[in-house]
Formats: sequence, C-alpha cells, structure tokens
Amino acid sequence: MNGRMIRVVLPQHLRTLARVGGEVAVRVEGAVTQRSVLDALEACYPMLSGTIRDYGTRQRRPFLRFFACQEDLSFESADAALPEAVASGAEPLIILGAVAGG
Amino acid sequence: MSQVRVLVGTRKGAFILTSDGKREKWEVDGPHFAGWEIYHLKGSPVDPNRIYAAQSNSWFGQLVQRSDDGGKTWEAVGNKFAYDGVPGTHQWYDGTPHPWEFKRVWHLEPSLGDADTVYAGIEDAALFQSRDGGKNWRELSGLRGHGSGPHWQPGAGGMCLHTIILDPSDAGRMFIAISAAGAFRTDDGGKSWQPINRGLRSQHIPDPAAEVGHCVHHIAMHPSRPHVLFMQKHWDVMRSDNAGDSWQEVSGNLPTDFGFVIDVHAHEPETIYVVPIKSDAEHFVPDGKLRVFRSRSGGNEWEALTKGLPQENCYVNVLRDAMAVDAMDECGIYFGTSGGQVYASADAGDSWRAIVRDLPAVLSVEVQTLA
Repeated sequence: MNGRMIRVVLPQHLRTLARVGGEVAVRVEGAVTQRSVLDALEACYPMLSGTIRDYGTRQRRPFLRFFACQEDLSFESADAALPEAVASGAEPLIILGAVAGG
Repeated sequence: MSQVRVLVGTRKGAFILTSDGKREKWEVDGPHFAGWEIYHLKGSPVDPNRIYAAQSNSWFGQLVQRSDDGGKTWEAVGNKFAYDGVPGTHQWYDGTPHPWEFKRVWHLEPSLGDADTVYAGIEDAALFQSRDGGKNWRELSGLRGHGSGPHWQPGAGGMCLHTIILDPSDAGRMFIAISAAGAFRTDDGGKSWQPINRGLRSQHIPDPAAEVGHCVHHIAMHPSRPHVLFMQKHWDVMRSDNAGDSWQEVSGNLPTDFGFVIDVHAHEPETIYVVPIKSDAEHFVPDGKLRVFRSRSGGNEWEALTKGLPQENCYVNVLRDAMAVDAMDECGIYFGTSGGQVYASADAGDSWRAIVRDLPAVLSVEVQTLA
C-alpha cells in the first residue's frame, strides 16, 4: 500500500470521541498537507467530522490550533506542505485546544 | 413495576437518574460526555431505549449522540446541519442584516410514530429533520423561508429554535417557538408555516403586538387536548384554546410572570406549573425562595408549592427545557436548576426533594415512564 503514515495528536475530548488513546496514525496519499491529513483523519474517524474544521467553510475551528516541530502552523495554507519531520513520521501534527479556565 | 428515567443535560455532561415507581430511591449514572454542554436529551416514545442527545462545546462544535440501550452506550451520529439553499440574513442585535449561521442544537424532538425520525431545533433558528436515526439531517426550510424570516432577531441567549411540539392527533401539525421571533405552526408537516402570536404583547419591540418578534420562552401542551397551548413568554404566562390562533394572558396572581419553564400535569390538562423568575435583569427566583407555582384552573389562579424547596438564600434559575412530568398514576414533576439540583415531586407538586444535587448547571430535564 502506498502513502505515508502521519502521526496526529488529538485533544483529550476528541480522543474520547474517537475512542483512541494517545496519538493516532493515518495514511496519507500524495502531498502531506493540513488538508490531506485532516481528510485522512476524518475518513478513519468519521465522528471527528465537523469538530476540527467547520462543515461549511472547511476552516479550522477558532478555538483550535495546529502545532508541529515547535511551530504554530495554524495560519498556514491548508494546502501548504507540512514539515518533512511530520511527513516522515518523525514528529506528530498536534491539534490543540485553547486553554480554558481562570 | 414501572420505572422512571430522568434525562438531565448539564453544562458539563449528561446524567441519567433511574428509580422504580415509588420514586424514593434514585440511582445516578454519569457524567456521560463529561466536559461537554448537553443542551438536551430526549427518548423516543416509540422505543424508549432510543435516546438522542445534543452535545456541543465552543472548541469542537456540535455532535449528536444516539443510544439504543437506554443510555448505557452511545454512538455519535450525524452532525452536519446545512441550511437549505442560500441562507440569507436575519436581523442582528443592532438591527443590521446578519447571515444565518449554524451554532448549536437546542432541542431534539423524537417523532411520535417512528423511532428513526427526529426533529432538531437549532441556533440560528431553523428546524431540521432526520429520518435515519440522526445520521443525516435536512432542513424543513419552509419555516425559515417564511416571509418574516429576515426580520427575526436573536434574544440575549441567541436566535434559537428551542421548542418543538408534535400534535398526537394530527401528523401534519407541529408547533415551534423561537427566541425572539415567536411561535409558529405548520399544518402540512413542515412545508408551510404561519406565525401564531396574536394576543401576545411585548414591550421590548417597537410594535408590542407585532406579528413576529416576541421572545417566547417555552410552550407546553397536554396530548389529550392538542388545541390548548400554554406559554411562558419572556414576560407573561399565556394560553391559547385554538391551537395558537389567539392567546390570552393567564399570569393572574403570580409574584412575577417572567420565567422560562412551563409544563402540564400528565393526567389533568388544566393543571399547569411554572417557576417564576425575578426579572430579565435578575435571572433568579424572587425573594431567595424557590417556588413552583401550580394552577389547577389553566392559569390565572396560582398557588405556591414550597414544601421541600429552599425558602431562603436561594438564587437559582430554571431554564426553559428543565421541567418535565412523568405519567405515573400520581403524576411526578421534575425540574433542574442552575445550581445543579434536580428536584422531584411524586405527588403532583405538593412536596419536593432533591433527587440529586451539586451537578453542573442543569440545562434540560426530560422524563421517561417505563413499563
């Protein structure tokens, strides 16, 4: 089977929803971008659809951020290549929720 | 022996309370969906073990959960609520046009005849239907497409469709209510709608008797008399004896006629319940006393029910979907508070006790009477 296995770290609530522990790995064909990784993630875990990206606009939900390799990639284009360390599986794409509390 | 199951939605999860028909000892199961807002849960009257739940939060948006075993296990079903066609605009708080945007599901109403059919009332106000157990949703856009839609305006809590009442005697008839547009009725299964607000008067809108613009908080109906409706409006308790064609005020001797909940006794269609709240500026019970008011005459004459309820230093609110009744011979009444208590009366309101306390703030209470 072709494609690369991409590691993704989900926030706690989404791990519970998807019934997974720790990080997950999804197979991505072709270019490794935010869009292709999230498409693969939602294909593997359909219950996550609409929870990371808005259904209508396909934009990142406002209280979430995308981190990888100590960088905030949240405002990068959804079609920009993710860092090679993510594409190679050396580092995960981290989906992070805004902190809440006082 | 019969069993009673109470479905409680809170700011931080869902709880399921069960008791036998005596309603003395309660088991509390939860939290389900811990950390999420559960605006509403409701069971199917066709298959009581089929329960739908509206789960949401600010981070991850809306989910709909379904249980087929009475709430023991859950499955996330469809959460795509796409308006039909180009959504257009309604009015924003300042009166400017604002695009219709999906925010959350406020209320889920399972069909009276088919466990796979369920209706969802959403913010920004629209009515959706699923015919496959919640997997797919389609808008019944005749409501939002009613000519008055561009003039609807949100209440302080958002422009939410929060009340859905299905007529057990007429499969085509349905009532809904929107804050702050008012009440509407369809007689053709949701294709076309008419506002049913004649007789309402609201001082917060330019024309107090306008066709739309009223902040209806909740409506209740007894299934044996589907043409009689009871309404808790922002201010005023109202009743209609002609399926909403006209309304008259029945606030009578209530200490304040602001409030959110209203419900009807399971066996006495002229016995109704409200929980007066001090005002729209002070969302708590008046005088530090938690009192349910009961009218046995369909309104106007009310008695305070206080036995077992805190009568000093109490400053909780009771939200619009947070009261329900069971169908036991001696009707049980239930309500949940912003302080996290769920109070129950097993004697139609004469006496009360907390069947659970210190939950997160309660958003909704529904009751199932099980064989």
